[in-house]
Amino acid sequence: MIVALVLIFIALGSVVFHVVNPWWWTEIASNWGYIDDTIVLTFWITGTVFVAVILFMAYCILKFRTEKGRRAHYEPENKKLEIWLSVLTSIGVAGMLAPGLIVWQQYVTVPENASEIEVMGQQWQWNFRLPGKDGRLGKTEIRFVDDDNYFGVDPNDPNGQDDVLIEGDDLHIRMGKPIKFLLRSVDVLHDFYVPQFRAKMDLVPGVITYFWITPIRTGTFDILCAELCGIGHHEMRGSVTVEKDAAFQEWISEQETFEEVQAAALHRKLNKELAQNELEPRAKN
Amino acid sequence: MTETTSPEDDIVPPQEVPEMDLYHPHSFLTRWIFSQDAKVIAIQYSLVAISIGMVALVLSWLMRLQLGFPDSFDFIDAADYYQFITMHGMIMVVYLLTALFLGGFGNYLIPLMVGARDMVFPYINMLSFWIYLLAVLVLVSSFFVPGGPTGAGWTLYPPQAILSGTPGQEFGIILMLASLMLFIVGFTMGGLNYVVTILQARARGMTLMRMPLTIWGIFIATVLALFAFPALFVASLMMMFDKILETSFFMPAMIEFGEKMSYGGGSPILFQHLFWFFGHPEVYIVALPAFGIVSDLLSVNARKNIFGYRMMVWAIVGIGALAFVVWAHHMYVSGMNPYFGFFFATTTLIIAVPTALKVYNWVLTLWRGNIHLTLPMLFALAFILTFVNGGITGLFLGNVIVDIPLSDTMFVVAHFHMVMGVAPIMVIFGAIYHWYPLLTGRMLHNGMGQFHFWVTFLGAYAIYFPMHYLGFIGVPRRYFELGETTFIPDSAHDLNAFITVAALVVGFAQLVFLFNLFWSRRNGIVAERNPWKATTLEWQTEHMPPTHGNFGKDLPIVYRWAYDFSVPGAESDFIPQNMATKDVKLAEGMTVADLKAEKT
Repeated sequence: MIVALVLIFIALGSVVFHVVNPWWWTEIASNWGYIDDTIVLTFWITGTVFVAVILFMAYCILKFRTEKGRRAHYEPENKKLEIWLSVLTSIGVAGMLAPGLIVWQQYVTVPENASEIEVMGQQWQWNFRLPGKDGRLGKTEIRFVDDDNYFGVDPNDPNGQDDVLIEGDDLHIRMGKPIKFLLRSVDVLHDFYVPQFRAKMDLVPGVITYFWITPIRTGTFDILCAELCGIGHHEMRGSVTVEKDAAFQEWISEQETFEEVQAAALHRKLNKELAQNELEPRAKN
Repeated sequence: MTETTSPEDDIVPPQEVPEMDLYHPHSFLTRWIFSQDAKVIAIQYSLVAISIGMVALVLSWLMRLQLGFPDSFDFIDAADYYQFITMHGMIMVVYLLTALFLGGFGNYLIPLMVGARDMVFPYINMLSFWIYLLAVLVLVSSFFVPGGPTGAGWTLYPPQAILSGTPGQEFGIILMLASLMLFIVGFTMGGLNYVVTILQARARGMTLMRMPLTIWGIFIATVLALFAFPALFVASLMMMFDKILETSFFMPAMIEFGEKMSYGGGSPILFQHLFWFFGHPEVYIVALPAFGIVSDLLSVNARKNIFGYRMMVWAIVGIGALAFVVWAHHMYVSGMNPYFGFFFATTTLIIAVPTALKVYNWVLTLWRGNIHLTLPMLFALAFILTFVNGGITGLFLGNVIVDIPLSDTMFVVAHFHMVMGVAPIMVIFGAIYHWYPLLTGRMLHNGMGQFHFWVTFLGAYAIYFPMHYLGFIGVPRRYFELGETTFIPDSAHDLNAFITVAALVVGFAQLVFLFNLFWSRRNGIVAERNPWKATTLEWQTEHMPPTHGNFGKDLPIVYRWAYDFSVPGAESDFIPQNMATKDVKLAEGMTVADLKAEKT
């Protein structure tokens, strides 16, 4: 008796909890509203089944609980009922799968006019590389990485010279323009995760992965790492600011390009050598 | 089903395999320690599994303390936290659930329920346990080596699992991999035994389609494990080589904190494929025995045949087969070819159909039954509720596009705990309350059992149901602390604290259960011969508890399926599997022709 009432309480209580609790997703900031819609659809289909099954169970317990003289009904199977239930379940499942796959098709189809931004993960920091005026990113390789070439950009690739490098700092992107994030890691797995974008994808050393979004509102959002990447995993944070074109142009013009970073590094090196040369004769005295 | 025989005739195929000889122990050592009796091995397996499970329980308290009350516990740092979650996960999935369902319940129930004297290879069966024990000891030893156990997460993803940014990368990870390989060697010995015994040593008349669903569940789960574990073995061995010999199976060219490494050309994603080729069937290795056992608990306590037995058998077989073609749904955000998403989302949602049918058949078994709300029944009902709840969230995560925002959040943690933690453990408890009298001759204490049931069931739901909503907010899993964010409200921290309190309470209720296990051994009410009035063979032995060799001088002959409950025409509301039709006591005024038992 109590069991049946508790089951009813849990079934209905879960629905009430779902409606009144304050915890729900953050306001979306990308074009992936379809994802939210698919979740809501899945919710109602599966939620209905959950409540129906539990209430049916509770009803059986109330109705068929043992009492003197009761004997169970003997019915090994019921083909018709079993076929009906199979068909209905298949329809329900198809009803969730079909819209899901349609949205997935959009997710894996990157618009041709999407601009590329590289996200480079390392333990435990986010770095970004944006193409310069040529609109293309230079090639990278692990063997080119050193203290002055953090990203491992190929110094001989002309496309890479004007690449804009953001090392461990915030990323700015333009509102309303589709962006293809190219994801790359120089050490372990990471995952570029901005809850408001809904999209996410792992960064895998040795390969370049991707996903695309179109930001639909301005604001500054947290970037988290969503793939366990060692002891500093929870501290691997960054932020991304979505802004209008004018503000973006102003921001990007203030950032350093690969060429400038290399030149500065060369300058430092020469100064250092010069200083050493000056020191040497004095040391002889 | 066409019948050509008269109603009195039972269909009993002839005996095909001769009886085997048993090794009879001569000393305490060979009777209780190096025993070849599957029932003793079962208890050995279960005691070790429950002991190591207690370690995992304590680890879960520690990690919940950190999540619920960050900054309050100085003795937990980030490295500790990642080690806790890793060891908790691996112990629960492999060393507790797999070992208990197959090594524990499998060993005890298979020979008894199919009507065999023992497993077919008793010596190999004994070795299986000792290698399992060795695997557990190697795992435990990793707590005491410099650097401690691995903190790579139970999925052990390279490259981080063997690089210096991860705790336990010196020795912990090596011991973890070694322990897993030992476990697989030990399991394979036991697993071959289970399969061969079921296929070869069944009593006369025990056709496959007369077997109790408990045996079907354990059977198919074992077949799955025999196919799936080799993938984990290979992955562990390759990672061991990458770690010790600096091969590059899973390691591409990389930088480790500014230093170029000597690795190159390997693929981290390859490891994930191998891991989940094992890891997804593993879910069903745990779930299928639970499906089988719960079917029998429901049937016995509703005094009604399981509804749609043949459909239930084929659903188990079908789920088992499909379990091998869904693995990459764990990898939707791994960076694998995105077009895989179409295939794996489709197969994953297809598997929901046979699974849903099983749920329908369980609840339809209650319909027009004669429901006895015993403790095993309460746990079986709690299983249905938590399994349906955890199963439907699987439809979220299996549908590739819906998985994208939820992947790697607390939603995933809530989902898999509900579906492969809480639900199967409800069945384990129900099964222990059910079969304890067979093992000991005494009943478990009902009062303690009721307390244990209500706290565990309601508490576990209170832990995991709200946890899904942390995932909706976007709270990531495997975070030592959430720190400052703009999107996680303060109320989410309160919810985390609430979940921690609930987890502690549920954890302590398990101590009551353990106490009950020991207390009732001597003080429990002496059990009747067949206290639940079950039809299956394990309750029809000459002695209770059954002795070595299980059955008396003669093995039982099986005349019917395991579900002849409340058969019209019979006086009793159950007919044991080994009772011939001519021996069935008829109800007043009935003739044998009125007996409507299923002829299978």
